[in-house]
Amino acid sequence: MKDREEIAQALATAGYIADSELATAVSLMQRLRRPLLLEGEAGVGKTEVAKALASVHTTELIRLQCYEGLDQSSALYEWNYQRQLLAIQAHHGADAETIEDQIFSEKYLLERPLLAAIRRAKSPVLLIDEIDRADDEFEAFLLELLSDFQVSIPELGTIAATAIPHVVLTSNGTRELSDALRRRCLYHYVDYPDVDREARIIMARIDGAGASLSLQIARMVESIRKEELRKVPGVAETLDWAAALVGLDVRDLHDEPETVHETLMCLLKTQEDKARVTREVTERLLGKVA
Amino acid sequence: MSCCGTSPDFPELDEVSRLVSKKLAAFLRTLRDNGFAVGPAEGQDAASLMASGYAARPGLLRSALKHLFSARKSDWEKFDGLFDAFWLGKRVRSRSPTMGAAKAANSPSMKSLQEGSTERGASQSATDQIPSADNAPEGRGGEGRMEGASRADNFAEVDFRKLADPEQVAQAHAAAARLAKAMRTRLTRRDLARRRGYRLDLRRTIHRNISHGGVPIALVKRQRKDKPLRLVVLLDASGSMSMYTSVFLRFIHGVLDEFREAEAFLFHTRLAYVSAAMKEKDAGRALDRLSLLAQGAGGGTRIGESLKTFNRWHAARVIHSRTCVMIVSDGYETGDAALLGREMAALAKRCRRIVWLNPMMAWEGYAPVAAGIKAALPHVDLYAPANTLKSLTALEPYLAKL
Repeated sequence: MKDREEIAQALATAGYIADSELATAVSLMQRLRRPLLLEGEAGVGKTEVAKALASVHTTELIRLQCYEGLDQSSALYEWNYQRQLLAIQAHHGADAETIEDQIFSEKYLLERPLLAAIRRAKSPVLLIDEIDRADDEFEAFLLELLSDFQVSIPELGTIAATAIPHVVLTSNGTRELSDALRRRCLYHYVDYPDVDREARIIMARIDGAGASLSLQIARMVESIRKEELRKVPGVAETLDWAAALVGLDVRDLHDEPETVHETLMCLLKTQEDKARVTREVTERLLGKVA
Repeated sequence: MSCCGTSPDFPELDEVSRLVSKKLAAFLRTLRDNGFAVGPAEGQDAASLMASGYAARPGLLRSALKHLFSARKSDWEKFDGLFDAFWLGKRVRSRSPTMGAAKAANSPSMKSLQEGSTERGASQSATDQIPSADNAPEGRGGEGRMEGASRADNFAEVDFRKLADPEQVAQAHAAAARLAKAMRTRLTRRDLARRRGYRLDLRRTIHRNISHGGVPIALVKRQRKDKPLRLVVLLDASGSMSMYTSVFLRFIHGVLDEFREAEAFLFHTRLAYVSAAMKEKDAGRALDRLSLLAQGAGGGTRIGESLKTFNRWHAARVIHSRTCVMIVSDGYETGDAALLGREMAALAKRCRRIVWLNPMMAWEGYAPVAAGIKAALPHVDLYAPANTLKSLTALEPYLAKL
């Protein structure tokens, strides 16, 4: 990993078209060994960054999806109680210490994503998705893990990371994150891509999407984003729409305005938005797409 | 990319690095003045980056430091402007005047910018309606203190409008802050009482009973975690409300301080997010900071527009399923009343309850006939007067029920 261009190139071969800012972020991540916090609207490809990163490093992607009420036992580790009980029953009569040694060994430990991430021989990519959905308490706990990369399990002792994982956190901004966590991380705001980059993304992701069609789609989506919509379509929606158009054998948007309007459901996800973008609006927008 | 790549003579390197680190420290200070949370750890990382080739091109360095020093979107957006002004000096003006904040382009030195903005702030606060808490006790201190606590009770029923004496105003402020505190404590206690599990947690039960050989003697229960009630206050700071704004600001300050989750916004002709400014522990200083944000107070009120901004940009973040939105306004809309109705409907869909506090409501002969309030009322869950401390207290049982 030498240069921004090289990183951007590597990410592109992994199917992620990055801008130069993101490439810088990735290079810094490696240099400073800090986690990367990605913020941005839903559907701009935050999660994809982590996937591409894993593929660039040819390493495993370990994903922790956060939700409200996520706790240590589903994020870090848990003992396999059923097996422990069975073992106790099976060794009935053996002395306590032997049994204890046995049932509190790694064999009976259930690895959850965070523990898994620090026990791999090769640094994996650890994706902590939608951290804003987890509770404050979990955030504080995570902070501790991210600074030391070690975990102490009372019955077993401290487990230090064999290889420091590449950590990517994503947030949709449904809750304000703590300053401490923000400070620990590198920050990158993922915005909607510009027309050119979006067109390249479509070409990279959708088989059979030609250069001119991709550009048309990207322009169309850009002008739709400028309409006053309740839910602005993200890159994921663009890709859906492009796939739909390619699947329907559309070569040029101007040839089939009817199909274009009907497939807009890939982009517009609420009733109000659907009602707002009428046939006339579609035609007006199409007119602007060269 | 190793640091050994650049290694001129030792003393020379020393000299250069001393200069660079000095400049870097100054830059860090500038950032801190502009609200960035950067500490020594970031400084060290930045120094190591500069030593390892990132300083070769300004664009690269800017991008690298941007990732390192920003912590939120607002930082992210203003960083480029600050960087250009600091490191590239005047060049920024001719090259890209649109980049970054306009004020950054005007003065090359960030230091003077900082002073300029505070000066401007001071002169503006003079035009503001919010009486500064600092001035209040002046000259009256001794006299007022003699009267003791008994007078505070009377305040409870005095209309905020009629509080003329600065000492009285100060006491009303303190009472509002206390009230906010009391609300919080009582709401929390209610939360605690409810903590009893309603469902067995099988995994934990087995774990707990390993010592009994697996016979489930001690049961572990599971309960759903309660979300604390979140209070979002939207305060009308327009001219028609000027008699009341200061007391409510104080109330909001208390609420933000004491509620675990609370957010506050001010609006007049536009909407301002004030939670950050209000988090200041010292009420006097918080109000000073706010007076900056309340610029434009005294003009008309565009409640509809402000709500639209709120729904569009803030609602997703600040509203969750247990959120009560409290709008404090007299409902005199100078904008489009139909828009207000639409935005109220949208807001009502998102949050648990909307409470509309109208200080004018208790006035004799007041009826909600203004177009604005008429459009809004169908979407309001509780429409209550709020011109005295007593009427604010009356809200508490309602909030506790949510």
